Amino acid sequence: MSLTLNNVSRVVDGETWIDNVNLSLEPGSFNVLLGRTLSGKTTLMRLMAGLDRPTHGQIMMNGVDVTGVPVRERNISMVYQQFINYPNMTVYDNIASPLRLAKMSNSEIDRRVRETAEMLRIDSYLDRMPLQLSGGQQQRTAMARALVKDSQVILFDEPLVNLDYKLREELRQELRALFKARNCIAVYATTEPNEALALSGNTAVLHEGKLLQFGETAEVYHRPKDIITAEMFSEPPINVVPGRVSETEVTFDETVHFQLNNDLRPLEPGNYRFGVRASHIGLVPHSDDDLELPVQVDLAEISGSETFLHVHNPHFDLVLHLSGVHEYHVDQQIKVYFPTHKLYAFNESGRLVHAPAGLGGR
Amino acid sequence: MTKVENNKAWWLVLPVFLIVAFSAIIPLMTVVNYSVQDIFDPYTRYFVGTEWFKQVMTDSRLHDALIRQFIYSFTILAIEIPLGIAVALMMPTKGRGASLALILVAIPLLIPWNVVGTIWQIFGRADIGLFGAMMAELGINYNYASEPMHAWLTVVLMDVWHWTPLVALLCYSGLRAIPEVYYQAARIDKASRWAVFRYIQLPKLTNVLIIGVLLRFMDSFMIYTEPFVLTGGGPGTSTTFLSQSLVQQAIGQFDLGPAAAFSLVYFLIILLVCWVFYTTIMNMQKDK
Repeated sequence: MSLTLNNVSRVVDGETWIDNVNLSLEPGSFNVLLGRTLSGKTTLMRLMAGLDRPTHGQIMMNGVDVTGVPVRERNISMVYQQFINYPNMTVYDNIASPLRLAKMSNSEIDRRVRETAEMLRIDSYLDRMPLQLSGGQQQRTAMARALVKDSQVILFDEPLVNLDYKLREELRQELRALFKARNCIAVYATTEPNEALALSGNTAVLHEGKLLQFGETAEVYHRPKDIITAEMFSEPPINVVPGRVSETEVTFDETVHFQLNNDLRPLEPGNYRFGVRASHIGLVPHSDDDLELPVQVDLAEISGSETFLHVHNPHFDLVLHLSGVHEYHVDQQIKVYFPTHKLYAFNESGRLVHAPAGLGGR
Repeated sequence: MTKVENNKAWWLVLPVFLIVAFSAIIPLMTVVNYSVQDIFDPYTRYFVGTEWFKQVMTDSRLHDALIRQFIYSFTILAIEIPLGIAVALMMPTKGRGASLALILVAIPLLIPWNVVGTIWQIFGRADIGLFGAMMAELGINYNYASEPMHAWLTVVLMDVWHWTPLVALLCYSGLRAIPEVYYQAARIDKASRWAVFRYIQLPKLTNVLIIGVLLRFMDSFMIYTEPFVLTGGGPGTSTTFLSQSLVQQAIGQFDLGPAAAFSLVYFLIILLVCWVFYTTIMNMQKDK
């Protein structure tokens, strides 16, 4: 069971919602659609489901063209951001509903419903009505409804957004485990880079209706094809600093210099934009190569046991992602250490020309 | 430790007591006052206890009116609720058509009761009314002024025309409140149109339907103006509902004592039916 999108576009009222997407999903794969709000994640899922028809292009399942086949004649499931269950049916009947519509025998329905409910740990609530359950259990019910039938494609449209942090982590882990044993294609839309990383599998980065990059999640994370992908796929977004490469050294904004190291030596002299992940900049040097940079604190954003430190020097802004709680006051002068061997370099048109080695991926 | 009593808060509640007293309790007590006394003038009054109530309870004219009233109310509920739901389901949901449909559906609601009666009085006449003329064309000897059944049906039809839009608008708002994803999910489940209605739309409409049924029941149970204008309660007593009987008694015959007793019984009937209906629905929902 494979799902292939060939040059798929969707135009609504003259506005391009999906722009020429080519995507091929393998049987048994877990695929994350990563993109901000309005990047086209839901629209793309609706096309995959057959809820909408693409304006151009072709959708193939197992090599068969299903572009014009309506959702009723496809075998898919979908889980939504909202907890969608039939309000006046018990949890049992909710989970059983797709099977009943498929005219399955009662004993088979019963077996499957109980098995799926057990898997999602809602087997003790089968007689309840959905509204008597907590949000997490309601969403588990909706997931059970999606998983109970043998769908070829299961679509998750930001299913964990409306749940609290703890439940989200728990369900995310279970979800991944549930799919290990299955041979269907799972597609999971999210706005959060960290969620994509936690789910692993493959990631497709969407931006303004365009598919920027698709590949193994770690590969996409470590070797983003261009600067937008790199910005989309890191939280906080990757720091971008304009710079110049000469025969012997790298200059940031005419002011900060360092010797061209072995990593960056293959770069042609010229203008580049350098990316550095927020977690790679430190308050103490990690190696002799690290560039000391005097900066001024704008804001220390403390989130749980992590701190996002926003700083600037006269020429550019930086964000540091530090573990632990660090308190600084505004305009405090500090020194940060810039890892010169962990730099991404993008050329003037934004394409990746150098990625730091030894970070994983390929 | 002694408890410090501070009764100043009562002053804050006082306005509510005053408003409720003037809006409900004092008028109602006046009626109670009349229902247990025989009053000739402010200085001549006799306490009669439950005599008026006994008289009212055994009055066969009132029994007939009560039965007529129940048949009428349940008939219009049986027509207006399903029809209102059907209209709401058929109304367009977006674009210019939606606003247009809303306005068109709402028009009957904007017409005052006595005007509605007048409209149908003219509309139904065979000589000058479209409806009457149409029935005559169809070969039906339709005459609401002389045929009791025709008169009754006309009042029903008039009420359906006047009030189905209310049910339709309530249901329409209820339907709009259902997120689009429910319908999507149903399509993915391959659910039929009927299943969508039965398992998504109807359950989500329960709350507005409770309001709709209660409003329509109370209103239709108190119907007065339209039959008064259209038929004056006739021919015979075929469209004499409870309110007509009450007015005939209170103003026509000036039997204020029995009329007051009757008012209270009338009030209690409405209260009782609404309560029974409401608790039944609530229990049904709880059982599920």
